[in-house]
Amino acid sequence: MKVTDKDVSYVAELANLELSEEERKGMLRDLNSILEYIDRLNELDTSHVPPMAQVSDRYGVDQSKQGSDRFAYASREDVLEGLRKSLPHDEALANAPDADEDFFRVPKVIER
Amino acid sequence: MEVTALTIEAARNAVQERKTTAIAMAEAHYSRIQKEDGQIGAFLTLSRERALQQAERMDRIVADGKPLPPLGGVPVGIKDVLSTRGVRTTAGSKILDKYVPPYDCTAVAKLETAGAVILGKMNCDEFAMGSSNENSGFHPVRNPRDLSRVPGGSSGGSAAAVAAGMAVATLGSDTGGSIRQPASFCGVVGLMPTYGRVSRYGLIAFASSLDHIGPLTRTVKDAAIVLGAIAGRDPMDSTSAEVPVPDYVSQLDKPVSGLKLGVAKEYFGDGLDDEVRQAVERAIDTLKSLGCEVVPVSLPHTSYAIPAYYLIATAEASSNLARYDGVRYSLRARGVKTLSEMYRRSRDEGFGTEVKRRIMLGTYALSAGYYDAYYLKAQKVRTLLTRDFDEAFQKVDAIVTPTCPTAAFRLGEKSNDPLSMYLADIYTVTADLAGIPGISIPCGQTREKLPIGLQILGKHFDEATILRIAHAYEQATGRSQLAEV
Repeated sequence: MKVTDKDVSYVAELANLELSEEERKGMLRDLNSILEYIDRLNELDTSHVPPMAQVSDRYGVDQSKQGSDRFAYASREDVLEGLRKSLPHDEALANAPDADEDFFRVPKVIER
Repeated sequence: MEVTALTIEAARNAVQERKTTAIAMAEAHYSRIQKEDGQIGAFLTLSRERALQQAERMDRIVADGKPLPPLGGVPVGIKDVLSTRGVRTTAGSKILDKYVPPYDCTAVAKLETAGAVILGKMNCDEFAMGSSNENSGFHPVRNPRDLSRVPGGSSGGSAAAVAAGMAVATLGSDTGGSIRQPASFCGVVGLMPTYGRVSRYGLIAFASSLDHIGPLTRTVKDAAIVLGAIAGRDPMDSTSAEVPVPDYVSQLDKPVSGLKLGVAKEYFGDGLDDEVRQAVERAIDTLKSLGCEVVPVSLPHTSYAIPAYYLIATAEASSNLARYDGVRYSLRARGVKTLSEMYRRSRDEGFGTEVKRRIMLGTYALSAGYYDAYYLKAQKVRTLLTRDFDEAFQKVDAIVTPTCPTAAFRLGEKSNDPLSMYLADIYTVTADLAGIPGISIPCGQTREKLPIGLQILGKHFDEATILRIAHAYEQATGRSQLAEV
């Protein structure tokens, strides 16, 4: 087994998930079966293969330029309200489970 | 009026020629939804007010004696991962149960500008994670061709609504096959454009380097019309490409004779259902008889696509879904005392099992000590898969494959075995990883009268060629391919 019960707890903590005992067991079983299948990637020698993070660095860019200059078309001046106006306060807060007139409200963060 | 087999052109022209009004067209669809959707479950939210306002605008254009835009008065549905201003948008998740976006997704805004009437929001697997629509946080969708079967996923509601006559066209999203696979299962057309062709602004992110927006329709021409309306560079999405958008519709009737079609043995191996294989081979024969030349190609890394995909997609998802923290727009658990308890309990209550499973897998793949072995390895394999296509497209204009190894399976059949569900995405995930366009069109039925899908993959930004081939096939075989509901 690749993943242990301890790993599941650790990863759940990293991901801010609170799993029930039963969910934890299912997760242990599923992650192991999926990762076992994923192991077949090791059949491939990729030591000289560059990683590919996205498609857009291959297409639609100015190939005659270097580095981030290739994406010049996607940049814009750094100005306030460059593409659209910021949302008014009330609209930005409208979907919050808890807010006052100006801010999102959350449980106390720092205990004094 | 009879709405179940309308095409975009027929619907628009009926309004333009005053055979009906856009309002009557919308109402006819709402009646159909009321009658049929109780058993299918394709819609999550109806946007009646917005639809009727838009229909009224279209009727005024006609009354003023002016020409309607290309989708003027055409009733459409929008997958619920696409943000709609003022209309609830859940992504199929309880965690966004009450979320009402303050802005429109670019693709939705463009579709509406082209005259479309938005009937409502389509059910889907939670955050588009699934291949059966059984992972919806609300209720599953049933396949209109056979109610005991799944419509596919994750754009299951989008495919089912078009198949069942509840919307003329819909928008879906495709990260690993989520437009093409449900199109195949429901017997409709589903088009995933090239990555970067359609802006993702306002699409609720699952895996940003793999997410695509595209149409589900009854005909190839309709798919071409919708793509023309939603494609193009958008300053709000820096990954949307600065590539000119051709007039797709005008190129549909160009002859296909002389085009080279690649056939890769890797897409016809173990696990492919015999009836699906036969239907796809017949379709390839039809394309040959239209003058296409069939060329064997090799895509040797195909069997590594699923493991690479499920690492990259889940890694990106684990990061994208971190925003659902109970603060800004998602559900917050009640009675929590500390901030970290609020995060954990809100996410625990809001997310379903499959979403948690993928967040866990992605977080694991990105965590210290495993990054190189899993995430980086998968990104390198992504390069190899993309090179496979680059090489094949040196020799051919398009590649034809089955869309899925089988026709629609039964509800519950795979829901307890996530790995077997993932493996069914074998023929679709490759195009998402390489960023190339793909279309699924109906190519016959099984003995049980379940639709079978033919997939045509194309070069980057060459949707025009795959649409043309798909259109030629559809014209040669007739729309009799579409089973009557």
